[in-house]
Amino acid sequence: MGVETAAAASLQEVINWARKNSVWPVTFGLACCALEMMVASSSTYDIARFGSEVFRPSPRQADLMIVAGTVTRKMAPMLKRIYEQMPEPKWVIAYGSCACCGGIFQTYNVVQGVDQIIPVDVYVPGCPPRPEGLLKGIITLQEKIAAEPAGQRNLVSLPWGNNG
Amino acid sequence: MAESRYMTINMGPQHPATHGVLRLLLELDGEIIVKAEPHIGYLHRGIEKLSESMTYPQALTLTDRLDYTSALSNNLAYCLAVEKLLDINIPKRAQYLRVLMAELQRIASHLLWVATHALDLGAMTLLFYAFRERETILEILELATGARLTPSFIRIGGLASDIPATFLPRVKAFVEDFPRRVDDYETLLTENIIWKKRTTNIAPMSAEECIRYGVTGPVLRASGVCYDVRKAYPYSSYEDFDFEIPLGSHGDVYDRYLVRLKEMRQSNRIVKQAAEKLPDGPFAAQDAPLVVPPAKEEAGRDIAALIRHFKIMQEGFRPPCGEVYASIESSKGELGFYLISDGTNKPYRMRIRPPSFINLAALPKMIEGQMVADVVAAIGSIDIVLGEIDR
Amino acid sequence: MDSCMAGDLLKETFPEAVRDIEEFRRETSITVDAGKIREVMTFLKENEKLCYDLLLDLAGVDFDDRSPRFMIAYLLHSTKFNNKLRIKTTVAEGASLDTVSDIWLAANWMEREVYDLFGIIFNNHPNLTRILLPEDFVGYPLRKDFPVKGADFDQPLQVCLEEER
Repeated sequence: MGVETAAAASLQEVINWARKNSVWPVTFGLACCALEMMVASSSTYDIARFGSEVFRPSPRQADLMIVAGTVTRKMAPMLKRIYEQMPEPKWVIAYGSCACCGGIFQTYNVVQGVDQIIPVDVYVPGCPPRPEGLLKGIITLQEKIAAEPAGQRNLVSLPWGNNG
Repeated sequence: MAESRYMTINMGPQHPATHGVLRLLLELDGEIIVKAEPHIGYLHRGIEKLSESMTYPQALTLTDRLDYTSALSNNLAYCLAVEKLLDINIPKRAQYLRVLMAELQRIASHLLWVATHALDLGAMTLLFYAFRERETILEILELATGARLTPSFIRIGGLASDIPATFLPRVKAFVEDFPRRVDDYETLLTENIIWKKRTTNIAPMSAEECIRYGVTGPVLRASGVCYDVRKAYPYSSYEDFDFEIPLGSHGDVYDRYLVRLKEMRQSNRIVKQAAEKLPDGPFAAQDAPLVVPPAKEEAGRDIAALIRHFKIMQEGFRPPCGEVYASIESSKGELGFYLISDGTNKPYRMRIRPPSFINLAALPKMIEGQMVADVVAAIGSIDIVLGEIDR
Repeated sequence: MDSCMAGDLLKETFPEAVRDIEEFRRETSITVDAGKIREVMTFLKENEKLCYDLLLDLAGVDFDDRSPRFMIAYLLHSTKFNNKLRIKTTVAEGASLDTVSDIWLAANWMEREVYDLFGIIFNNHPNLTRILLPEDFVGYPLRKDFPVKGADFDQPLQVCLEEER
C-alpha cells in the first residue's frame, strides 16, 4: 500500500468520524412516529448525545432525513423536493413500518415504502418503534458512515448537481 | 395579466410549527392576513375505506392511528359504538378502568399540546418539563397495555386483560405529584408578560361563531359554551365521578391555554377518584361469548373455548343490522363514530367524526385580519392532529 | 323538546317531505325528501322549540344495491335542549343535493369531503373542490366499486417534480 493511499485512507477515516458524529436531522415528522422522534430528542432518550444536536427546519442545513410516518401520494412530491434540496453528504433513515414498507395501510393513497421515491440507508421497523429503536438506527447509521470508502462521495457537492 | 397587490406565501406541509403535514396558503397585505386557505390531505391513508375490509376487532387497531397523541380515547369511542350496536353491558370495573386510562391519555395529550405550543412561541423549557411528565404517563400505560403509543388495549366488551398489581400504586403516586407539576407550568407561563402579550386577544372566536362552525372541545369551552360530552351524554360511568368543566370568556389563545391547564387538573381529579373507587369484578363482559374471547388458560384447556377463540379472531362477530353513533369527549373535541352494519362481520360504513377537522375549518375565520406572526399561535391553540383530520 | 317529539313536530309541519322515522338503540333517525332538505334544515335550526344549532356530522354512505344509491346523514345537536337528531336523505347517482353550508358553516368542509370521496355534487356550495385527495386523483374512493388498493398499486411510483422536467 503506497503512502498516498494510506494517507487517503486515514484522511477518509477522519472525514467519516467527523461526519458520523454530527448528523443533523431535518424535521420531517409526518404521523405517529413523529411523536416517538420528538421523545427521542427530549431529555429521557436524548438524541443530542449522538451528535444530532438540533433538528434543522431547513433542508439546506441538514444532512439526515428521518422519514417518520406514513408517506402518501399527495406528500410524495414534497418529500422528494426536500430530499433534493439537502446537500451531499446526506443519509435517510426510514423510521416506522409505514416509511419502510407502507405499514398496515395498503390503500390507494399510501406509498408502500419511502424507498420507492428516495434511497434509504437504515430501516427501523415498528409501529411505532420505541425511541431506543431510533437511537439504534442512528448508531447503525454511524457504523455505516464509518465504513464508507474513500471516493464514494464528493467532498463538495451542490444540490441538483452531478452528485456521482 | 392582472397583478395582485397581495403577496401569497406558502406555509408547509413541511414546517416545524404546523404540527404535522398541514399546508396554509396565506395572502398577505403587508403583515395583515387577507385570506387563509388550509390545504389538508397529506396524511390521508384511507382508514375509513380500509375498515370496510376488516372485521370489527381488526378495525380497532386502525383507530389508534387517528388521534395518535391520545390513542386509548379513540379505542374507547369505537368500542362504545360497537357495544351500542351489539347492546352489551360492560362491567363496572372495566368502565372505571376505561375512564382512568382515557383521562390519563387526556393529560398526556394536553401535556404534548402545551409543550409544542410553548415551543412554537419560544418557551422551550416547557417542552422538556412536559415531556418528562408525559413519559411517566406512557410508562404507566405501558405497564398495563404493553405499548406506549398505539396500545389498542380498550377492546370490544371491556379491556384486553386486567391491570397488573403494580399499576394502581404507580397511578396513585402520579396523581399525588402531578398538581405540583402543573403549578410549575403555570409559574412559567400564566402571568408571564411575554406569554400574555403573545396570546391575549389573538385569534378570538365568539360563542356564536364557534357553534356556527361546529367547533367542539376546549376551543368551544374557551368561548364560554358549556358543552362537554362527558356531562351532556355521559358514557362509561362518567356520572359517578365528581369534576368541573372549565370555561373561558374571551375565546382567544390565552383562554384556550387556561382551559386546557384547568382540564389537566380536573382530569387528575378524575384519575384519583377512579383509582380509589375501583371496584372488583371482571374486566370484560361475561354475557357476550361471541364477542369477548375466552381467557388464554381456558382456551388451552377446553376445546370449545379454543374454537370460540379461533372464530372470534378469524371471523369476528356479526352484529345486528342498524346504525349507531357514539361519541366521547376527546382532548381535541367530540370524537364520534357512526357505524352502519349490514349484519356481516365487517362494518358496512365506519364514519369518523373528527374534531380537529371541523375545528381547523374555523382557522381562516380566526386569523383573517390578524398579523402573520400570530398564525403559529392560532394553529397551536386549536390543537390539531393531522392523523385525525386526514384519516 | 326531545328528539321523538321533534320527529312528530317535523311530520306535522312537512307531511309530504318526511318519508320515515326510525328508532334504534334510543336514537331517532328521520328520512326526508332530498328536494326539501333546505326547508327542513332551516326549520330545525330556527324553530324555538327545536333549536338544532350545532351540526355535529355530515356523512355519506354508498348503498350500491339500492336505488337511489347514496345516503347522506346529518347529525344535529341542540345546545339548548341537549338532544341529538339524525336526518337522512337519499341521492341518486348523477343527481345533486342542495348545500346547507349557509345554514351551518360547519357543513362547508364536510360537504367537500363527501364530494371528494363519493362524487356527490352539492348545489351552490362556495368551493366544491377536492379536500383530502390530490387534485388530479381519478375516482371516488369510498364508493363500493372502488378497490381499497386503488388503480395502480403494483406499479412503481413515479414522482416527477416541475424542476426536473
